[in-house]
Amino acid sequence: MLAELGLASLEALAASVVPADILLPQEIADEGLPAPCGEAEALAELEAIAARNQVRRSLIGLGYHGTATPALIQRHVLENPAWYTAYTPYQAEISQGRLEALLNFQTLISELTGLPIANASLLDEATAAAEAMALSRAVCKRPAASRYLVDEQVLPQTLAVLQTRAEPVGISLELVDASALAADPAAAAAELAVPDVFGLLLQLPATSGLLWDPAPLLAQARAAGVIATVAIDPLAQVLLAPVGELGASIAIGSAQRLGVPMMAGGPHAAFFATEEAYKRQIPGRLVGQSLDAEGRPALRLALQTREQHIRRDKATSNICTAQVLLAVMASFYAVHHGPEGLAAIARRIVTLRAALAAGLAQVGLAPEAGAGFDTLRLVTPRAPELLQRAAAAGFNLRPGSGNGELAISLDELSTPAELEALLNALAPDGASAAAACAACSAALDHAENPLAGLPLRQRPWLQQRVFHQYRSETELLRYIQRLVSKDLSLVHGMIPLGSCTMKLNAAAELAPVSWPAFAQLHPFAPAEQLAGYAQLSQQLEAWLAAITGFAAVSLQPNAGSQGEYAGLLVIRAWHNSRGQGHRDVCLIPTSAHGTNPASAVMAGLRVVPVACDEAGNVDLADLEAKASEHADQLAALMVTYPSTHGVFEPQIRRICALVHERGGQVYLDGANLNAQVGLCKPGLYGADVCHLNLHKTFCIPHGGGGPGVGPIAVAAHLAPLLPGRDLGIGPVSAAPWGSAGILPISWMYIRMMGGRGLRTASCVALLAANLVARRLEPHYPVLFKGEGGWVAHECILDLRPLQRSAGLVVDDLAKRLMDYGFHAPTVSWPVAGTVMVEPTESESLAELDRFCSAMTAIRAEAEAIAEGHSDPANNPLKRAPHTLAAVSADVWDRPYSRSQAAFPAGSDQQASKFWPAVARIDNAYGDRNLVCTCPTVEELAQPLPLAS
Amino acid sequence: MALSFPADCRYADSHETARRDGELVRIGLSAFAIEQLGDIVFVELPEIGAALKAGSSFGSVESVKAVEDLLAPVGGVVEARNEAVLASPEELQNDPYGEGWLLLVRPGDPAEFDALMDAATYGGKVQA
Ligand SMILES: Cc1ncc(COP(=O)(O)O)c(C=O)c1O
Repeated sequence: MLAELGLASLEALAASVVPADILLPQEIADEGLPAPCGEAEALAELEAIAARNQVRRSLIGLGYHGTATPALIQRHVLENPAWYTAYTPYQAEISQGRLEALLNFQTLISELTGLPIANASLLDEATAAAEAMALSRAVCKRPAASRYLVDEQVLPQTLAVLQTRAEPVGISLELVDASALAADPAAAAAELAVPDVFGLLLQLPATSGLLWDPAPLLAQARAAGVIATVAIDPLAQVLLAPVGELGASIAIGSAQRLGVPMMAGGPHAAFFATEEAYKRQIPGRLVGQSLDAEGRPALRLALQTREQHIRRDKATSNICTAQVLLAVMASFYAVHHGPEGLAAIARRIVTLRAALAAGLAQVGLAPEAGAGFDTLRLVTPRAPELLQRAAAAGFNLRPGSGNGELAISLDELSTPAELEALLNALAPDGASAAAACAACSAALDHAENPLAGLPLRQRPWLQQRVFHQYRSETELLRYIQRLVSKDLSLVHGMIPLGSCTMKLNAAAELAPVSWPAFAQLHPFAPAEQLAGYAQLSQQLEAWLAAITGFAAVSLQPNAGSQGEYAGLLVIRAWHNSRGQGHRDVCLIPTSAHGTNPASAVMAGLRVVPVACDEAGNVDLADLEAKASEHADQLAALMVTYPSTHGVFEPQIRRICALVHERGGQVYLDGANLNAQVGLCKPGLYGADVCHLNLHKTFCIPHGGGGPGVGPIAVAAHLAPLLPGRDLGIGPVSAAPWGSAGILPISWMYIRMMGGRGLRTASCVALLAANLVARRLEPHYPVLFKGEGGWVAHECILDLRPLQRSAGLVVDDLAKRLMDYGFHAPTVSWPVAGTVMVEPTESESLAELDRFCSAMTAIRAEAEAIAEGHSDPANNPLKRAPHTLAAVSADVWDRPYSRSQAAFPAGSDQQASKFWPAVARIDNAYGDRNLVCTCPTVEELAQPLPLAS
Repeated sequence: MALSFPADCRYADSHETARRDGELVRIGLSAFAIEQLGDIVFVELPEIGAALKAGSSFGSVESVKAVEDLLAPVGGVVEARNEAVLASPEELQNDPYGEGWLLLVRPGDPAEFDALMDAATYGGKVQA
């Protein structure tokens, strides 16, 4: 490969591509990083760290619960590379499997909540609540209302994130006692009548564990035009009347307890459901049904114009990467159990709670009275002693805010035997323990309805076929397999998506995620039980700081978007701390990713776009002009490096200096860090904050659209302002370490690669991209190149000439690549009419050859159209992708052959053919006729409408 | 396909069109803008009686891949809106200067209409 590019060594390549004033010698790049090691050695080291975690039975609750992950979901979904290495399903024709699983998720949430529009996941429950707050404000008809009523019984971490998110956008939170308001209509009316109030958030069950009837309050809110959100528990909601039917406009929550281990806080899928009227404002991705070119139903992402990649600073949210893999797990959990199974689990929990209450009362520890789902609250001066006794018996209970209370949250794993063990631990002596156990088991035998008096679910639900058809392991195994076989993932071939870094997710990196010592921990367990996690995150933070050249790192943000938001808040807090709080202008080059402007707006900043020049670089003159014009208000520049155009801008030091000279800070979007690790460090060339996408550069798999981890690294002056520190900004995620459960992946990667390996990997990534650019340049102009004609780790290929000569659009090439067995590169971003290719260091020369041959062959097919040998409308490009059904149909009336349609790469392809499950999907039809839940049995009986 | 720009319409920089209809003005979107947007899937329009201010947003139009604010070419009060376009946004594509109109407005300041571009100027500008 080096020879083809006329280079002597990888180091020579690095010296050619990376600007000399930022390229570091190996010794400096390596500082603070380990030496490389093999996978056995790294695993052994990690095992020693994991051994410092202690797995106890956590009955803490607070949004994280024990759950029984069905073994088949563990093995065939969570641990299956065909699921976890796929990308976000933008290329829908080769993503029908996870799109269907996500449609099942949306259907489940919609049926649970009684609200018709549910998205395909958000990052966690707390940020989902913040999104509900934002949506409520956007849709509330009261002009300029800025007050949000929040039930004092919302989860504490939800409240903390709401506080973080409210302040920068001028929202003030007002704590209310929602259950008291529900009981006092006059007081509620007065509260809701305040014209400045736009929304209301309540939590059911409350943090205390109690349930109450929200219907009167929800009805009053609706009548007053105040947008009401209920944070629900999905298992409790199985038994309770759907909050949407009671009047809620929005329901949010976490799907963790639907079969996803606690993982010390994440990753888990949060959900968000709302009414039809707000479908154009719902945050995050939404799967919708449409039709393909052959008239069959097909799924794809719907109403994308809501999202940051299109609407940028006007987007409803900055969310991009979500929690697809975890939502898929939760959806299969529901498919596995069906409505009856879910109800049985939920009923068992309620019954056990009532029995435990009876047992506790027997020994003078009567819990707070009132209906509830899984949690009992005990107000007693003996709380500290009881917590200790429980701990000695292996239980983590939830300490109260003062010393005089505790709470116990039961879950799917609770059993009568567990209740006995608990009662034995808590009772003062053997005799009273026996009496308590007897009372408990008597209550189990004759349970009255513990939910009497509450609005309960009345009608049959979850009647869609999918939740009934696969209730044996044999059937579900095959369903899971059938779905995943429709999806193209890294198990099939390279996914050359620019800006996404679809590199190898090595098995040794993934294996530890399933270790109980990592998976089965509660995020709020006592600190000593999390000692292994503390060590792991300290080490990972130190390595990431070394890699970026910064002083400190926070692992809390759950995706790149959240890192951007956190980083900008840190910058804002720093300006504030220096009496410069008026600085609110954020300069963003027009080539930036959509999350950048969307995050800036959420952080309370004003976006001022900066132009790019002909060569794709930030236009220095425009930057200087804008920075000077706004010098007094300049808060930050957000710049991506290497640029989203795939080049190392030679002027990066100058760019940073220019901003600093005018009092601004430099935020570096580190999505493209895969080109720099071990070669140069943002902290050393002028940036102040940088986010990293561990789900790109550091091997966390994309999961089909999440999970992600978007840590921020900051310079020393900003370190005290990181979330979680004394002077820091508020939390940006529900859990202190965000998605702790997947940090072992990045730890393993860095540990095995070592400093040297990381530098080599970056060099090979640059090599692969330059090889692809060199090979394809004769066929597709490479839009931007850096000095000496080199690209960075990705390259943009211009297809606009083919639009003029052959009438082709980018989608034609993207869909035709499917026929060759490839996932398309990034389409029409950051430049419309182009594709961006990022091969990564993981692909062999053989795979790069295969890709370049496919691209070259497509170019020849385009040429045939341009020269009039192919019909401009009826040709293999315009009619791609080709399904098995189409090419094997009895009638074939196209002017090209079946083998050209199906095996364009030649007969070699026959042995490994990946068939797109559906033909080209009509996006407009689906957006005009939004269907985002599974059809019911009745709907299935209706004939399909024809596409217009 | 050559785009048409009827001579009896006036055109705004932001691609909205205005055509006199008795005392009223009928507002639409130019064929050029519609072609740029691609398949239109959603149109948002103000209620009857709403007041428009020239140059300010009165709604939006969405395709699968883009969304644009609609800016009022003239100020005035909305007398009617095209319910057919709201129900089937593709109407806009099929007949931009006819069935695909957006609003019927009682204009405030006649000078605003006169300040809009004529067909030749607009056509020259977008097809340059
Ligand atoms: C340049 C750039 N910035 C930011 C992001 C946002 O990251 P995430 O999807 O993790 O929120 C992406 C990822 O898609 C990106 O490519």
